[in-house]
Amino acid sequence: MSEIAIEAHELGKRYTLGVRGRGYGTLRESLVEAAKRPFDRGRRERQPKGDQLWALKDLSLTIRSGEVVGLIGHNGAGKSTLLKILSRITEPSAGYADVTGRVGSLLEVGTGFHPELTGRENIFLNGAILGMRRAEIQARFDEIVEFAEMERFLETPVKRYSSGMSVRLAFAVAAHLEPEILLVDEVLAVGDAAFQRKSLGKMNEVAKAGRTVVFVSHNLAIIQALCSRGVLLERGRVKADAPINEAIDRYLRTLESAASEDLLQRSDRDNRAYDETLVRHLEIRDAGGTPNVVVAGRPAAIVVDVTEHLPSMECQLTIVNSLGQPIATLDSEMLAPVDVRGPEPGTRLECRIESLPLLPGRYRIDVIVKAKRHIQDGLQAAAFFDVEPGMIGERPIAAEADGDVSLPHSWRLPA
Amino acid sequence: MLRPIEPTSPPPETIRLQPTSGFSRVLAPKELWRYRDLAGQIALRDITVRYRQTALGGAWAVLQPIGFMVVFSLIFGNVAGIASNGLPYPLFSLAALVPWTFFSNALLLGSDSLVSNSALVSKIYFPRIFMPAGVIVAGFVDLAISLAILLVIVLAWGYAPSPAILALPLLLAIATAAVLGTAAALSAINVRYRDVRYVVPFGIQMWLFVSPVVYPSSQISEPWRTLSAVNPMVGVVEGFRWATLGTGAAPWDLIGISAAAAAAILLAGLAYFDRVERAFADFV
Repeated sequence: MSEIAIEAHELGKRYTLGVRGRGYGTLRESLVEAAKRPFDRGRRERQPKGDQLWALKDLSLTIRSGEVVGLIGHNGAGKSTLLKILSRITEPSAGYADVTGRVGSLLEVGTGFHPELTGRENIFLNGAILGMRRAEIQARFDEIVEFAEMERFLETPVKRYSSGMSVRLAFAVAAHLEPEILLVDEVLAVGDAAFQRKSLGKMNEVAKAGRTVVFVSHNLAIIQALCSRGVLLERGRVKADAPINEAIDRYLRTLESAASEDLLQRSDRDNRAYDETLVRHLEIRDAGGTPNVVVAGRPAAIVVDVTEHLPSMECQLTIVNSLGQPIATLDSEMLAPVDVRGPEPGTRLECRIESLPLLPGRYRIDVIVKAKRHIQDGLQAAAFFDVEPGMIGERPIAAEADGDVSLPHSWRLPA
Repeated sequence: MLRPIEPTSPPPETIRLQPTSGFSRVLAPKELWRYRDLAGQIALRDITVRYRQTALGGAWAVLQPIGFMVVFSLIFGNVAGIASNGLPYPLFSLAALVPWTFFSNALLLGSDSLVSNSALVSKIYFPRIFMPAGVIVAGFVDLAISLAILLVIVLAWGYAPSPAILALPLLLAIATAAVLGTAAALSAINVRYRDVRYVVPFGIQMWLFVSPVVYPSSQISEPWRTLSAVNPMVGVVEGFRWATLGTGAAPWDLIGISAAAAAAILLAGLAYFDRVERAFADFV
């Protein structure tokens, strides 16, 4: 098991900004441009044609057959672009990659499901889309149906499925692929907890069966559990290539240094964002003391400062533990009677927590700001903070308690 | 349970992914063969989905040409009194409408096929030509139904098919080549320029009137009659009349020119598709 499965050599992928952002141009624009072209031949040398972005740059990487590799990095570091190139969806702009063996890619669960087709028909269609032979699908059909737990709905059109059902079916088809190389992008975050556990078990099995797996996920705990080797990407280059624990440590350190720099300088923002207003600063603080150091059980407030006022801004905060697992989401769009929207325009959004139920440890906050029904800005790890031991519900919290949260509770015990 | 990879299976081949140029994709038969099962599934999907949740289902394949036949017979046959080579106008127009409906539907759906499947195109690799091609294959089912109805009506009207009917496969091949070439090119342009969506329905209307569907090409004076056959549908439509109604002289001159034109359109369309295919996922 030492043959090389993937060998990338100085791989690069260039996108022309603007063209990509706008989605598509109109014919008129091109015709106008073509008509203008003869007249500004001299100027074209000086004016670069649109902004170019190298999503990947000089990336060299060797993956041996049977390795399970996790790709980690910020948004926009090039993880998904690399998977897209390896799965042949898009071509590199420079360099090359040699891929040995059949590639199966799971870039998005349920891609290619057709809502009008029944579950049975979609299993065959989806299997073929993922690269399975018809005979293979036939041979594994019962297994797929059993894994998805949907014998009863086989003849129902997928459009009548609940979203959970279609995701289960999609994952079941995908999980029964038998390629030599499996590329997986953030697909395990689907279904209910039981199904997630089952999916994770399946991925584990795939990894143990000697297949090469390249895995992208923001959930570091899953990456840590599945992968033996971690490749940290930053701005399209390999920043670190090491055993998984070491790579994750490096990544967490870069996250922290990113959080401590000026947020407006960061380039790893949510790529769906409209950017009409940007997150300038984010911090959590309690009644007294230093920002980003809070005491368990005390009132705390998370304050987000943005650059511009927009009408009806909404904010979504996610508190994430040190393994990258989200613990709580605080979403202003989920209205409650205690919420207050002030009469004045402003650039400060504040989320108050009556009694911080977090156990001592290190956490980070991811933020998304929305307005005008669009995501305006999004940042992962906008701030890191430490929780100091304290009292939760008048109960002292031990520094070495297990888990991430404590619940206010009371006991009834015999004498 | 997952089986370990059998050591006896042939050593997997290595594919080099790198920037490409020139003609390397659509025209690679090995690649198309590797993905043959997917081609079948896509065509099957297009066929199955076509009339799902419609009350009349496959009847639409017949209603469309029959409806046009009725309207055209009233307007062009009765009111305008357009010549029909001595044939009853309904038969004259229906024999042309059957291949025309196939052509126009395949062109309309085919040119939108990459954009309407953008979720697939941006997430999965497969030879993209399957998208326009799948729509056309699905169109064959409609064509078979409407062709059967046409032959029934022809017989009922008292016309007996002649051996000329054996030319139908050739005529269908010309129509298929023309529509595949055109739809491939338009679907590829559509990825970059959504203008195609507005151009195609309008262009199909124009194309109908430059093809001898409502009038016979014998009404056109030479040399324009012969020259008009660079539009492949001229040879197909006139050929269909001759082959299904079994009357008149064989329009081999038109069919020959149209076949050559269709071959040229097919090659040019596929060549263009091939050249731009590699960037689809970045634009769609």
